Amino acid sequence: MTGPNGVGKSSLLRTLAGLVPPAEGHVRLEGGTEELTAFEHCHYFGHQDAVKPALSVIENLTFWQAFSQSVTPDGFTTGRMAPADALDGLGIGHTARLPAAYLSAGQKRRLSLARLLVTPRPIWLMDEPTSALDADSEKRLIALMNGHLLSGGLIVTATHTPLTLNKAQKLHLEPARDHPAEVPA
Amino acid sequence: MSGWVGALFVRELRLAVRVGGSGVIGVLFFLAVVTVIPFGVGPDLNLLARIGPAILWIGALLATLLGLDRLFQADRDDGALDLMIMAGRPLELIVLVKCLAHWMATGLPLVFAAPVLAIFLNLDPVAIAAVTATLLAGTPALTLIGAIGASLTVTLRRGGLLMAVLVIPLAIPVLIFGVSAADAAIQDPVPFMTPFLILCALTLVSAVVGPFAAATALRFASD
Amino acid sequence: MALWDYANPTRFLRLVDIVLPWLIAACALAFAIGLYKSFFMAPEDYQQGDTVRIMFIHVPAAWLAMMCYSVMAISALGTLVWKHPLADVSAKAAAPLGAAFTFISLITGSLWGKPMWGTYWVWDARLTSVLVLFIMYLGLMALWRTMEDPIKAGKAAAVLTLVGAFNLPIIKFSVDWWNTLHQPASVIRLDGPTIHPDILIPLLVMALAFTLLFFTLHLAAMRNEIFRRRVRSMRMKAAASAHPAGATATAQPAE
Repeated sequence: MTGPNGVGKSSLLRTLAGLVPPAEGHVRLEGGTEELTAFEHCHYFGHQDAVKPALSVIENLTFWQAFSQSVTPDGFTTGRMAPADALDGLGIGHTARLPAAYLSAGQKRRLSLARLLVTPRPIWLMDEPTSALDADSEKRLIALMNGHLLSGGLIVTATHTPLTLNKAQKLHLEPARDHPAEVPA
Repeated sequence: MSGWVGALFVRELRLAVRVGGSGVIGVLFFLAVVTVIPFGVGPDLNLLARIGPAILWIGALLATLLGLDRLFQADRDDGALDLMIMAGRPLELIVLVKCLAHWMATGLPLVFAAPVLAIFLNLDPVAIAAVTATLLAGTPALTLIGAIGASLTVTLRRGGLLMAVLVIPLAIPVLIFGVSAADAAIQDPVPFMTPFLILCALTLVSAVVGPFAAATALRFASD
Repeated sequence: MALWDYANPTRFLRLVDIVLPWLIAACALAFAIGLYKSFFMAPEDYQQGDTVRIMFIHVPAAWLAMMCYSVMAISALGTLVWKHPLADVSAKAAAPLGAAFTFISLITGSLWGKPMWGTYWVWDARLTSVLVLFIMYLGLMALWRTMEDPIKAGKAAAVLTLVGAFNLPIIKFSVDWWNTLHQPASVIRLDGPTIHPDILIPLLVMALAFTLLFFTLHLAAMRNEIFRRRVRSMRMKAAASAHPAGATATAQPAE
């Protein structure tokens, strides 16, 4: 999903995440688990990291694993990943016992990303996922995203830089002429 | 099912204890309020003994309110609140668990400090026991009612003062029955159990109303 | 549902334009009759003399203070449950009116108290409850003022109003309990049958006048609030259309 600043990319993602009620209509998911709402199938990866500096890296991650409900509908084949493995996979395994306050911005971002791996959910809603990541981490992120797609997952992402994803569909948002773009929330 | 409740409780408790030791600061504030009262009303021990339960209750009320403004704000600022709403767990229960953990970290230390501070106010042992019992039964209600104010002001940068203004009228019944029960134990005309049981009822009612109202307000604040 | 016909602000404004002059006229008439009856025709009290006439202002104001909160509580339900678009406008318009009526009843109560009790303020159960109500009105108004977005503020205030409506009986009950504990009840009871018709009739006329005054001011304040929101959304549009993104972008079909 691309488009100029303030056109409503973040708002659309937050609406899909169930955080903003839609002004009209409703969000429906086909082929999901019946008794759950659409947004309970989603992981939201926004601008904020939700990392508590007072907790250690592994404490941060194990909390989100225990707290978030994992959702694995038919056709989505990803298991729960152990927190330590997820951290290793993202290259911050050595920081596991440290308080998260000592992490750099990029490391915090990767810790936040690890949250998506430890609790399987079929849909990832990602708002500019590559921000604050270096080239190496970006490559790793793209590999993760492609892995998610291969195992039957779905990703909706807003981005300014082109991402090399398999089977990507592009949605370009434009401000309507009589309804100028609103200031983002 | 219950795993996530435990995880949330442990996380909240760890955060409360590690971030600046908010429980300790609450107790210090409580001590400061109790110390300052005799400078206002004079060091007459009989007078202090008479108004002692009220001083301890008002001190506990203020200490609870001042510690509450970050209850949801910290989680909102770093985006954790959004993720909690999306986690597929009932938000009312999340609020209740957060309140419980917050009370364990900040309210319970006040209850433990009360008997020590009561000595400064010349309370006799029966009165000390009564005040401590009422604080134990009543401070959870203060936290739960305060959670409503904290959720309403979660989007405001400096909402602490407004929160206190919104919450204090709602906390008046708790204060009245808490102090009444403590007074009843000292003076004879009223039995202790009547106001004490009403106080317990208020705590139970606020355990229902507080989480529901706070969860409703938090859902509206997220958009 | 008839209320939904007025969900459209424009239609509501048209209704206000028709109703308001009549309401103003009825209100002025009721006040003329009520004030004349209560200040020139009603007899003096054999104990209190002329000061009893404060009652004709005090009692209706106290009734209105409570009625205002009921209107706000119903409006809050309208915001949260029925999602009526004008409900939070109604609640916001009612709050300052409720605060004003509460303030009038507090002031007249303490003025009445001076000759009756010898002091301007007594921590009497009724006065204390009204004082708590006053603080709640001011807190609600402060909440509306501090929040930038009127829709969000309306929802937050609606939650608080409903919690307050739930809590007010508990507060009233506990203040009564507290009062009997600390001092014997010294309230003048205005029980219905014992009031002489010479006093009751002016009192009822004044109550009607105050109620009409409330509805007049409430409708006018709702109209002003709708205008204020229109100005706000016009300003936001003006700011957004000056935004460079509005002009330069061109449409591109999705792949």
